[in-house]
Amino acid sequence: MTTETLSRSVYPVTSAQGAESESVLAAIVDNEPGVLARVVGLISARGYNIESLTVAEIDFEKHTSRITIVTRGTPAKIEQIKQQLGRLVPVRRVIDVTAEADALERELALVKVVGNGDERIESMRLAQIFRARPIDTTRESFVFEITGARDKINAFIDLMRPLGLTEISRTGVLSIRRGAESD
Amino acid sequence: MTTIAATLKEPEAAAVPAGRSRERATTPKSGAELLLDALEEQGVDVIFGYPGGAVLPIYDALYKRDTIRHVLVRHEQGAVHAAEGYARSTGKVGVVLVTSGPGATNAVTGLADALLDSIPVVCLTGQVARPLIGTDAFQECDTVGITRSCTKYNYLVSSSQKLSSTIHEAFHIARNGRPGPVVVDIPKDVQFEEAVYTARAEARNRNCIVKPDIDDRRITQAVDLMRHARRPILYTGGGVINSGRAASAALRALARETGFPVTSTLMGLGAFPASDPQWLGMLGMHGSFESNSAMHGCDLMIAVGARFDDRVTGRLDAFSPGSKKIHIDIDASSINKNVRVDLGVVGDCGEILEAILEEWRRRNSREEYDFTRTRDWRGQINGWRSKKSFNYRRSETAIKPQYAIERLFALTKNRDVYVTTEVGQHQMWAAQHFHFDEPNRLMTSGGLGTMGYGLPAAIGVQAAHPDALVIDIAGDASVQMTMQEMSTAVQHNLPVKIFILNNAYLGMVRQWQELLHGGRYSQSYSESLPDFVKLAEAYGAVGLRAETPAELDAKILEMIEVDKPVLFDCVVTKEENVFPMIPSGAAHNEMLFGGHDVTGDEISEEGKALV
Repeated sequence: MTTETLSRSVYPVTSAQGAESESVLAAIVDNEPGVLARVVGLISARGYNIESLTVAEIDFEKHTSRITIVTRGTPAKIEQIKQQLGRLVPVRRVIDVTAEADALERELALVKVVGNGDERIESMRLAQIFRARPIDTTRESFVFEITGARDKINAFIDLMRPLGLTEISRTGVLSIRRGAESD
Repeated sequence: MTTIAATLKEPEAAAVPAGRSRERATTPKSGAELLLDALEEQGVDVIFGYPGGAVLPIYDALYKRDTIRHVLVRHEQGAVHAAEGYARSTGKVGVVLVTSGPGATNAVTGLADALLDSIPVVCLTGQVARPLIGTDAFQECDTVGITRSCTKYNYLVSSSQKLSSTIHEAFHIARNGRPGPVVVDIPKDVQFEEAVYTARAEARNRNCIVKPDIDDRRITQAVDLMRHARRPILYTGGGVINSGRAASAALRALARETGFPVTSTLMGLGAFPASDPQWLGMLGMHGSFESNSAMHGCDLMIAVGARFDDRVTGRLDAFSPGSKKIHIDIDASSINKNVRVDLGVVGDCGEILEAILEEWRRRNSREEYDFTRTRDWRGQINGWRSKKSFNYRRSETAIKPQYAIERLFALTKNRDVYVTTEVGQHQMWAAQHFHFDEPNRLMTSGGLGTMGYGLPAAIGVQAAHPDALVIDIAGDASVQMTMQEMSTAVQHNLPVKIFILNNAYLGMVRQWQELLHGGRYSQSYSESLPDFVKLAEAYGAVGLRAETPAELDAKILEMIEVDKPVLFDCVVTKEENVFPMIPSGAAHNEMLFGGHDVTGDEISEEGKALV
């Protein structure tokens, strides 16, 4: 049984308008205590999906942080998430990175691969192709640092899996607008 | 972008001598004094509260001043509901002062209530001293954590320098944009710490709470749709009341000049006069046949400050299938949330109604509007009206609850009357049979549905309007949830009238059990109800009881005449149901009516899972 038929909202909801897709949203927020809790609390309380979330201060003078959220939903749901985020008092603005801005996306991942012999050589060779840097080495392991769009990182991880991949750590997606204009 | 100063709806400049405000600005004072200075500057004249360890410095400062009246409640939930009643009947911000820990947690229900009904409330909570935060100190709780999801915004004040500025910002947030509750959590040592006052004019104001500019193109589109409509309806909500009296005036003018029929949610009652021939009555689950039929059959729906709540829409996929929809709301997230609309207009609904009215007149001056467009529609509505869906079987021997409300309305009609309600059957009967011609006259818990709201809310209304007649239309179950506030009413000489429709059941629960669960009345009968007359006397109030229709009028008049709080035990028929009713999971055109034989299978299997 799918989750769709299991979910019992107050009234039968009209069947989803449009297909689900992934969306990257960026929120510029006042960097104050509890702001992350507000954003995360809103997303969980309203039952939205969250695939990754990153946050850091971006302007010390103005005291602002940028929160980048990767979420999934129908176009109507994504629009609701944007509006609900925009309603939070410390949120200054919400940017739909996927839809509005011609934006760059980057993610950083640390990937640990344990192995010997040919597999170890192969992992090093693939890492070079992906421009992943070994940042820690022992006789039977590497830790690679790789930066890129999510697809590239996913592809790298898939290739490393049969070669002794044991551990992954990812930052989640960061985004910025292309060109001279800023958000 | 609109400037902050321009968005302030009610300046509420306090009448404080100039000398005193200068003194405020320069001399360092304790946090408690700064707090009261800020409240004075915000025009606060009454606080609803309950003292405790973590707010003692504030109560000490309050003791020395006579500018702010303090109403001592008996439970912190009551304090918030009283502040809500005050806010809703005046349009001003209600203020609550409670202590840390249990004081704050007891206030949570009231805060959630104010959030769902968009009521401006500022709730000041004490907190343990800063060095103790996070140590599980006595009466410590994570107030900002607990209240984060039931407030519009909340603060933990980290130093007394920030205190007065934070208070001004809290009021700004509470009253502007879509109003709501704001919590300010103040550690006890901040209340002692000295700092210099920050005046309202210099305080930081959040720039996100701005009234969006009106989009003229959308106004033109709206008027286009309105001029072409053959079956239009105005569906109004609490937003019209929150927007202020000008919004009600604009709504009335627009309805008059367009001839469009008007219906309203429970929250919006009174914005449009119930005595007007264009009025269709309340809509939704227990709304009138004509309003729900008109919502279902219209070709243009103009939603003003309403949010397509599930009590209003019923089954969403069958909701008003043939209509174009215009949605006017100050909260952009309300638009397209539950129902897709064709034209969303974001902004203050009073200003937008005025803009639409202006455009309507401009277009009319060029080409006269053709009233015959809606002639058939008016005829159809009159047909629905003739069903008289609020009718009930009358009785000579027992008091029908609907009859009790009818008599209460008839006997108080020409007075300055404010009504609050609890939650349940009596609330719906009040909405059906008590008619409101003015906004801010009905205070009821619409969104959260908080039983126990009405009595403390009535206290708040009475504190704001000492000479008015304030009636809480209550049920025997609801009223017991906050009954202790009778003591507050007596102590503060607030002569509220608690009119209890006593059927000895949790009436709405019983009705649903009858319709949904084969008449198995699980835990919905109240054994051993108190004797409300003796209870009133125990509190030092007046108790009255009516058991027959013959004595009802005289007893109601007696209640009105008494200048003391009254508990009125109106003994009504036990098994009356609220009709008409749209069952769960049904559409607007599938209503149940009174006098109908209940078989127990009115609600589909699917509908039973819904609330």
